[in-house]
Amino acid sequence: MQPFAFITVTGEQAARQAAAYPDARYLAGGTTLIDLMKLNVERPSTVVDINAVPLAAISELPDGTVRVGAMVRNSDMAHHPLVRDRYPLISQAILAGASGQIRNMATTAGNLLQRTRCYYFRDTTMRCNKREPGTGCAAIDGYNRIHAVLGTSEHCIATHPSDLCVALAAVDATVRVVGSKGARAVPFGEFHVLPDERPERETALEPGELIVAVDLPPLPFARRSVYVKVRDRASYAFALASAAVALDLSGGVIRQARVALGGIATRPWRAHEAELLLEGREASVEMYRQAADAALAAAIPRRHNAFKIELARRTLVRALSRAEALS
Amino acid sequence: MTHMRSTSSVLVDVELLVNGRRLPLALDPRVTLLDALREHLGLTGTKKGCDHGQCGACTVHLDGRRILSCLTLAASASGREITTIEGLADGDRLHPMQQAFIDHDGFQCGYCTSGQIMSAVALLDEPCGPGEADVRECMSGNICRCGAYPGIVAAVQAVRQGRG
Amino acid sequence: MIGAAIDRLDGRQKVTGRATYSAEWPIERLSYGVIVQSAIAKGTIAAMDVSAAEQAPGVLAVITAGNAPKLPQGGQAGVNPPAGRALTLLQDTRVRYNGEPIAVVIAESFEQATHAASLLRVNYHEEQPAVDIMQALPTAEPYTKKILGQFEPFSRRGDVDAGLRDAAVVVEATYTTPLETHNAMEPHSTIAVWERDQLTLYDATQYVYGVKRFVAKTLGLRDDQVRVVSKFTGGAFGSKGSAWSHVVLAAMAARHVGRPVKIVLSRRQMFGPVGGRPYTVQRLRVGARHDGTLTAIDQDVVSSTSTFEDWVESSTLQTRMLYAAPNVATAQRLVRLNLGTPTFNRGPGESSGTFGLESAIDELAWRLGVDPIELRLRNYASVDPETGLPWSSKSLRECYERGAERFEWSRRTPAPRSMRDGDHLIGLGMATATYPAKRMPASAAATLTADGAILVEAATHEFGTGTYTVMTQIAADALGVPIDRVRFELGDSNLPDNPISAGSMTVSSTGPAVHAAAVALRERIRQAGADPSDVESCRRIIAAAAGAPLSATAAAAPGAEKARYSMHAFGAVFAEVRVDPELGELRVARVVGAYAAGRILNPKTARSQMIGGIIYGLSMALFEHTAIDPRNGRYLNADLSEYLVPVNADVGDIDVLLLDETDEHVNPLGVKGLGEIGTTGVAAAVANAVYHASGVRVRDLPITIDQLLAGSDR
Repeated sequence: MQPFAFITVTGEQAARQAAAYPDARYLAGGTTLIDLMKLNVERPSTVVDINAVPLAAISELPDGTVRVGAMVRNSDMAHHPLVRDRYPLISQAILAGASGQIRNMATTAGNLLQRTRCYYFRDTTMRCNKREPGTGCAAIDGYNRIHAVLGTSEHCIATHPSDLCVALAAVDATVRVVGSKGARAVPFGEFHVLPDERPERETALEPGELIVAVDLPPLPFARRSVYVKVRDRASYAFALASAAVALDLSGGVIRQARVALGGIATRPWRAHEAELLLEGREASVEMYRQAADAALAAAIPRRHNAFKIELARRTLVRALSRAEALS
Repeated sequence: MTHMRSTSSVLVDVELLVNGRRLPLALDPRVTLLDALREHLGLTGTKKGCDHGQCGACTVHLDGRRILSCLTLAASASGREITTIEGLADGDRLHPMQQAFIDHDGFQCGYCTSGQIMSAVALLDEPCGPGEADVRECMSGNICRCGAYPGIVAAVQAVRQGRG
Repeated sequence: MIGAAIDRLDGRQKVTGRATYSAEWPIERLSYGVIVQSAIAKGTIAAMDVSAAEQAPGVLAVITAGNAPKLPQGGQAGVNPPAGRALTLLQDTRVRYNGEPIAVVIAESFEQATHAASLLRVNYHEEQPAVDIMQALPTAEPYTKKILGQFEPFSRRGDVDAGLRDAAVVVEATYTTPLETHNAMEPHSTIAVWERDQLTLYDATQYVYGVKRFVAKTLGLRDDQVRVVSKFTGGAFGSKGSAWSHVVLAAMAARHVGRPVKIVLSRRQMFGPVGGRPYTVQRLRVGARHDGTLTAIDQDVVSSTSTFEDWVESSTLQTRMLYAAPNVATAQRLVRLNLGTPTFNRGPGESSGTFGLESAIDELAWRLGVDPIELRLRNYASVDPETGLPWSSKSLRECYERGAERFEWSRRTPAPRSMRDGDHLIGLGMATATYPAKRMPASAAATLTADGAILVEAATHEFGTGTYTVMTQIAADALGVPIDRVRFELGDSNLPDNPISAGSMTVSSTGPAVHAAAVALRERIRQAGADPSDVESCRRIIAAAAGAPLSATAAAAPGAEKARYSMHAFGAVFAEVRVDPELGELRVARVVGAYAAGRILNPKTARSQMIGGIIYGLSMALFEHTAIDPRNGRYLNADLSEYLVPVNADVGDIDVLLLDETDEHVNPLGVKGLGEIGTTGVAAAVANAVYHASGVRVRDLPITIDQLLAGSDR
């Protein structure tokens, strides 16, 4: 870990002022930042501890939106009645991730900024465009079993590791941020950006901007939703493939569908193609398979991760079937 | 902006409240809570297994909840209540979970044990389901390489069912 | 006392956090050492810029090949495998694997040392490494030395080719096991303290005397200049059986800076520099008549080693003795790769070897249409078929029977994919477990102290095996006193000499010495006119001797039994798996292991050790593989997030049966050892169950979703 200045702040304003130092990083749960600082992947000059900033509330707005504070711990979010009852896929996604200890530390905002588990990103002796732009991607021709098949570029195939973000993508959450230019709302689908030629840039956040909340819009049919995660071991492991699904079913017909995939893409992957195929159609496994094929149609396999394409298809079919069974 | 501002060469003043004791320290801001306990306070009961939040050996309670001390900066924990394995027993009287781990042989080499017990004690206040499978899931953040898992589950269930 | 299921005597220390592991000794003026590792697998260091590191705050020294003291024989004076390993001690600029130590940075604090270590700038002359076992397979050469200094590297009885010609059915298949890294929970750690010319090492080890002698030789010291202390070791599994580079580097660093130095390896640094199970590629040919009588077994094992030390994974040994086949040939070959040197890993040889052999036997059972247990019984070896010696004891038949009964093997319907539970496919599989009963010379001391307590001492080790507990039981039993009168001390090379705690032989080696010392003390107490069980009388004789304690020492060693008997523990392990046929998810719902391993001294700790061994085997079956970059030999998944071992949720019901077995020949205590046998056979039992469940035969460990998905239906 390289030396840094440590600053504790108690308010948003102070946080953003402190973050104006070059290479400053906000410290919330620390489960990503401290880990990566120990690996010398993150090398902040200043660490701004925002744990005392009062952003840890979950509340319901007049229009039915559920506002989750940036500093709400994952375990609190998962077990909060507003989340648990209205958005089961979110609760399930959180509880399928990490461990009890980590969920007590990790925050809502931190989860949005979780970084890839790519071996090459985490090892400073290896080439990585995300860590050191322009050095090349060692994963593309390396050992890439855990890497992405969707949203990749010739510069990066790193998988986005979050479970929570997959569910947030499915429900069309909004990320509320504040910065020097004031407050703004970023639709979840625009928050994470594809690697393209600049894999070092992962989100739409501007330097110094602070996430203050994530808004969950009213989505009545999300009460019937699931998160299905497939991994190598039964717990405490990142997804090989996952699917967050909500279905609005009426008389066996899918009125609306929300589909997002995890573990297989460079960002939380909303599968609009699958949703379009499903909507207005009769619910059936055959239909789910077609939707899954559509969701994975653009997938690009590498040497060790081709199995993920079929695995993701089947995971999605499983999730859709389970969601249907709930209805 | 308030409070601690330090440069790399400057130590930060930290006050750790460990097991009911108030322990002021001047620390390099890089020092994790885990290393503060082990290397600065001589509280070596909390273990370093991976130093990256991947094994659970460093589990302690922060403000009553289980967390990983290896991913927590000591400076961040300043002023907050910390309980470690050394703070569980009441004098010579073991915490029921400690006794249950002995009774059910929930450890072998002992290196993951502090973390297992700290997790298990915290679990008593968490919304963990009643079954063995629930306990296995809730305890999956603590790796035991010796393979003492069946004894660990038995110990947790014994305490939860008042058979501690 | 012996045979009582008492609680672990070190339990209270462990559950209160008061057991002192090697990195935890409070040492004055302690400094922190961090090892810097190579970033290439093969070549030489062209230049190293240490200036930034040297100038970083708190740094006391940076030791490289440029300024390290020259050691006798280039640092290789202690090399005498398997105990004394070929290490990297900064004696030259060669790089032979990725992650090899190339420098040590010592600083006032851990944070300063770790940061400074990241500031070294290194230029290499890089050469093309060999890191892929399959690519390098054609370069395999026969291993020519004796395995573990004891067994021939190849075996031949009868005529295998003729046997295969006589067979009605021949199974010919190749099985592979990957690089497996032990990953004990406690990282390897050493504190080195010099007081003038005396060196004390607080070291996480399975062998205090081995470390003492090896370090003394390597540094050119007399044995009596080195003391090694290791009161608790946080898991070992073979990885702490040798003194690896960091141990000697800690001693060198402490001398260099004139202060005690602590080196604790990071988790990443435990991949490569401290051993692991090598790759094995096992080609098996097994033939049988229609009735299931084996006509031939041929096993050719290629295992990997480093380019600078030949270490062999003895995966053929069980094949020589397990079945009464008339024609058996085995061979061990080695491929040298630019990776760290492998080492013992729980059940070294047998854990990997039984995967090949017991999978092939299962395949044969399918081909013959014979029940897998029945096939094994038809070829039951009533004497050691390789040597012709009688077994010291063997209860494998009972293990098959009792295990099958407990597991309800009879409910198994033979056809693959024939058993279901809802949407899941269920599979039942089994395999044989076996491990030799070994023993080495050992010694112990027993002392009656003024308060009437008895101190028993032997330089053996505690890393979860229950040594404190069972040695206390043995001593108390021999003395006829309650457990709480006895205190057992271990883990210090100032105590009586004892062998490495490995190969399931601590109790069989140290146990008889402890027993003999306790008996000797008992007699001395009686001669002095006291009754050992009467504390008051014991106190009186010490008082009468002006407080001088009464002591006895004893040594114990194996005798001629080895020439007369073949000595092995046996078992049968059964696994029930659940496979999700669409997603390829595999869970092991249940394991039953039935073992006969001689006398059981403490059923409570014994059961735990067997469960732990089985879980270690499940880990091999399902999860473990060290991923190596195919281009530069980098250890890729070098952490506990990506190198998977089981978590609590992975472990289902595990049921252990320890059969009564009396063995009057194996050693005076009649014990065979439990450390390894639990791991053997498990991977094969799981693979065999997976085949039964899904119809997919997995011959390459670990068994992962990728493989099951490929063989599944949509």
